[in-house]
Amino acid sequence: MAEKVLMKGNEALAEAAIAAGCRHFFGYPITPQTEVAAYMSKRMPKIGGTYLQAESEVAAINMVYGASSAGMRVMTSSSSPGISLKSEGISYLAGADLPALIINVQRGGPGLGGIQPSQSDYWQATRATGHGDFHILVFAPSTVQEMVDLVSEAFDLGDQYRMPAMILSDGMLGQMMEPVVLPEASDKPLPEKPWATNGTRGGRPHNIINSLYITPAELEQLVFERFKKYDEIKEKHQKAECYLTDDAEIVVVAYGASSRIARSAVNTAREQGIKAGLIRPITLWPFPDKAIKAAVPTAKQILCVEMSMGQMVDDVRLAVNGAKPVSFYGRTGGVIPTPAEVLDQIKKLGGVE
Amino acid sequence: MERLTIVTGHYGSGKTTFALNYACDLAAAGRPVTIVDLDIVNPYFRTADHRAMLEERGVTVVMPPYANTNLDLPGLSAQIYGAFEKEGDVIIDVGGDDAGATALGRFHRSIEQRGYDMLCVINARRNLTAEPEQAAALLAEIEQASRLKTTALVNNTHLKQLTTPETVLASLPFAAEVSRLTGLPVRYTTAPKALAAQLSGIENLYPVEPFVLTPWGT
Repeated sequence: MAEKVLMKGNEALAEAAIAAGCRHFFGYPITPQTEVAAYMSKRMPKIGGTYLQAESEVAAINMVYGASSAGMRVMTSSSSPGISLKSEGISYLAGADLPALIINVQRGGPGLGGIQPSQSDYWQATRATGHGDFHILVFAPSTVQEMVDLVSEAFDLGDQYRMPAMILSDGMLGQMMEPVVLPEASDKPLPEKPWATNGTRGGRPHNIINSLYITPAELEQLVFERFKKYDEIKEKHQKAECYLTDDAEIVVVAYGASSRIARSAVNTAREQGIKAGLIRPITLWPFPDKAIKAAVPTAKQILCVEMSMGQMVDDVRLAVNGAKPVSFYGRTGGVIPTPAEVLDQIKKLGGVE
Repeated sequence: MERLTIVTGHYGSGKTTFALNYACDLAAAGRPVTIVDLDIVNPYFRTADHRAMLEERGVTVVMPPYANTNLDLPGLSAQIYGAFEKEGDVIIDVGGDDAGATALGRFHRSIEQRGYDMLCVINARRNLTAEPEQAAALLAEIEQASRLKTTALVNNTHLKQLTTPETVLASLPFAAEVSRLTGLPVRYTTAPKALAAQLSGIENLYPVEPFVLTPWGT
């Protein structure tokens, strides 16, 4: 195995994208995401890639649209307010069936909010990264190593299903340093994109990349087909880590940075004799409802922990479907819950004071 | 002698950990110590996070007025000028890379007037400065941006919670090579306090407390 090095989460995302064959980055700086762009600005010119700081987030996402149309493996990154600006472009990407990687290093909101970490863009990422009937793939790493590992998966699945993919990170994961094994540059060729507008060379009919459909019936049919694809993804590509859930009576559900805090609380609860476990969704869309449902039989209580006012808890409730009580604990606005606070919640639910 | 010690290096190499330990150790030796957080680059994981711990140990903390708030304002406090005239030891924790060191440049006259010691923290396991040539190149960029000269190296090679005695031992040739390339001495080689006993053979070993932790304690 390759030697471990120390990397900041944001740098790891950028390096992993390069290793996955991405040579086109369009972005705009915003805290706490800026190191992704800064790293790309240093590395891309050295490997014959494109790093371009656009005049705005809106410009950047439309450059992504252009590069993806031409069949390039392309990405952008931003933090919460910047993702809102990109949302029109993301909807156009989805409407034109274009793959692209979008990174959101979440900070506190709404509005300009703040620069401290948050998970309050879950609804946006999984429900409405733009207008219209569509979904994007959403991945939620919880370690710097997992950031590295999920980037190539996000690119590959996006290409396979011709849809945008998002890495939903947060300021804490983006800014912290952890030892990682750097990804090795992938030697497998990037997938063929026969639909791309990269020149007919006189040999094939023109390809058209477009999200405008003149007749409602045609658009409806296309959306139907897209949703068939979404059903297939929900069936095949849910991912979650189940930690000590086999006999868990208190099942904590948390993703990203808050799952690190929840895991610490679960470990302490176990030491104190409480049968606690953790389900950590790795894909947020598709939401891993199978993993949640599998934990329901032993569970007495389910506790969702987020750095928000409670957004993923909606999906947890849908998965549990009333079978067991689901409660929520969260901090927001850039405040991070402590392992002690989560432990208190676990104890209360377990009837231990 | 009262010292002005400037701590520079690649961001993420462990500048803050070293600066915090150095400040606490000088304070423990009974010296009046002021630490200046001059980081205008990093939003989190900075000296200002440790204000309460430092003040408890008698260290005076000077930090940017908006550090650790929701304002993304890289403003510097006028107190920094005062710090150069303070009695006792002054430690400046500079932001990462040449970008962070630019903030230092505006103070170079006051710093030169007082006399200074500028340490560059290197880490053989820090991506992009893990090769001696890369570490030496960054050191030159920091000197240019800060308009000051490095006086010594601090080999702070570690892998956070995965640091073993071998991690530290294996970094010695790296530090020696950066020293050869830059003509600067290695002032200290750091190691987590828990491992110090196993590494007592290292010249100028500087045991450090890993103060910079995540909210889940690693």
